[in-house]
Amino acid sequence: MEEELKQMLNELNSLKQSITDPSHRAPIDKLQLHVERLANLGNSGLVRRSKVKDMSAEVVDSNPYSRLMALQRMGIVENYESIREFSVAIVGVGGVGSVAAEMLTRCGIGRLLLYDYDKVELANMNRLFFRPEQVGMTKTDAAVQTLSDINPDVVLESYTLNITTVQGFDTFMSSLENKSFRPNKEGSGVDLVLSCVDNYEARMAVNQACNELNQTWMESGVSEDAVSGHIQLLIPGETACFACAPPLVVASGVDERTLKREGVCAASLPTTMGVVAGLLVQNTLKYLLKFGQVSPYLGYNSLKDFFPTMEMKPNPQCSNAACLQRQKEYSLEKPARDAAAKAKIEAEALLATEAPLHLDNEWSISVVDESELAKLDVKASDTLPEGLTRELPSADEYQTLRDEAPVSTIDDLEDLRKQLEALNSA
Amino acid sequence: MEGWDPSTKSTLTQIPLLTTKAGPRDGAAWTQRLKEEYKALIAYTQMNKSKDNDWFRISAANPEGTRWTGKCWYVHNLLKYEFDLQFDIPVAYPATAPELELPQLDGKTQKMYRGGKICLTVHFKPLWAKNCPRFGIAHALCLGLAPWLAAEIPILVDSGMIKHKDDTASSSES
Repeated sequence: MEEELKQMLNELNSLKQSITDPSHRAPIDKLQLHVERLANLGNSGLVRRSKVKDMSAEVVDSNPYSRLMALQRMGIVENYESIREFSVAIVGVGGVGSVAAEMLTRCGIGRLLLYDYDKVELANMNRLFFRPEQVGMTKTDAAVQTLSDINPDVVLESYTLNITTVQGFDTFMSSLENKSFRPNKEGSGVDLVLSCVDNYEARMAVNQACNELNQTWMESGVSEDAVSGHIQLLIPGETACFACAPPLVVASGVDERTLKREGVCAASLPTTMGVVAGLLVQNTLKYLLKFGQVSPYLGYNSLKDFFPTMEMKPNPQCSNAACLQRQKEYSLEKPARDAAAKAKIEAEALLATEAPLHLDNEWSISVVDESELAKLDVKASDTLPEGLTRELPSADEYQTLRDEAPVSTIDDLEDLRKQLEALNSA
Repeated sequence: MEGWDPSTKSTLTQIPLLTTKAGPRDGAAWTQRLKEEYKALIAYTQMNKSKDNDWFRISAANPEGTRWTGKCWYVHNLLKYEFDLQFDIPVAYPATAPELELPQLDGKTQKMYRGGKICLTVHFKPLWAKNCPRFGIAHALCLGLAPWLAAEIPILVDSGMIKHKDDTASSSES
């Protein structure tokens, strides 16, 4: 609009100069004044709000955080303002990632790191967040444009790169490790990584990075048919990593003729993606602000409105070396964890009243911990009667067996390269 | 593997399998893997040449062997159609397969992701995952790219999306 108005002014100017009769100039001057006023009106609509130094709980229309700070008054969150110290990395700024980024921005998150290599297309318009006039921009640039308008308090970093390539991965890792935002933070430079990508390769790359950095992350996904999705919390060493439970591979023999006419294009719905983004950011807020129960896995089946949850333990035979390393570290810390849990229970017991719950117990009823019984059963089933041995090695032995793979003959890499070049040029 | 044509099957069995499970971030183990990749590629190229079925050129574009460039071609109705071929070795390799790219065909077919990455999801990815880490670049070309070219190039030529280089030259002259 600005461009158009400017052009109109220029044309009016040239019109004025071309007219010789001075009596005609007055109405043109008037027109020019109107155009200038219009231009000013247009500009005033784009005024950004200034940054807010401290989050206030004051209930006034001009306070962008009043409804969020009210969470403290309601007793849900202890210290909402701590959200400004957190950094969240969002990998994949698509149907889920962009909406998650907007939600976190509106919540006043401290810093957002955005990663994507794609551009905005008209085909993305069935989902939320991006606007038609942003077509052709990189998704990261378009997101920064919108998000910085919505909330200038959020520090935004955008990375237009493909994290599955070696070079992109290095940049990804170093950006996660960068602690300039909060130098005294333990571990990496971010508090949580959200994976909002749409393919297996990128998920494996995020998994690799987070296992190496011992970085907690959350996975999200929407099915190809757009009617179901899931979120998953991954704590390296403690819960299953993405490579621990590889997707069920059904290697069906496929005739090459069958790959002719099946579109690559997957279906997507703004609803499912919005729901999954909502679940993801809700879990993120619970994790960061320490309220409620953080879900280890939450599925969403929209056809039946079924929300399954489950927990997944890490796979001791995981193919990812960094995952195995984290598992080892986690099991070494077990005594310390047990002691802390015990101390917590004891402290709670001390606080509880010493008096017995019931004064008489006529029928000698006592409460038995079922989980203890279950543990005993597992142990019992683990030991075999005398004289029997297991045919297959246990998981631990399997691991050591695998390490003894024979080392093949050593050749010179340069020789091999030359050999292939010779074949290529022949 | 049922459903694949017998010649692809017999070719596949002759490409040496790889043993080292290592990606570009694994240091010395990656060098070992790279040697195995070269051996498999050399064997496959030699086999193609001996059968008069040579159809690609590929070589590492950097010393680390993480980026590969070259050419591939397909003969349809006695005319040879040649395309640039390129791909990166992903960081999670070999757990994830390389994404083979034909940049010149970007936007010309539905069976392609942005940037000219050919669609391997249905016909190749399950096979790759099942055979990790024994499959390498040579296997990806044999089971991923070759069937894709065989399925897509005839359609692209017949629908006029791609023209033979002699055709385009003569039409621009006239």
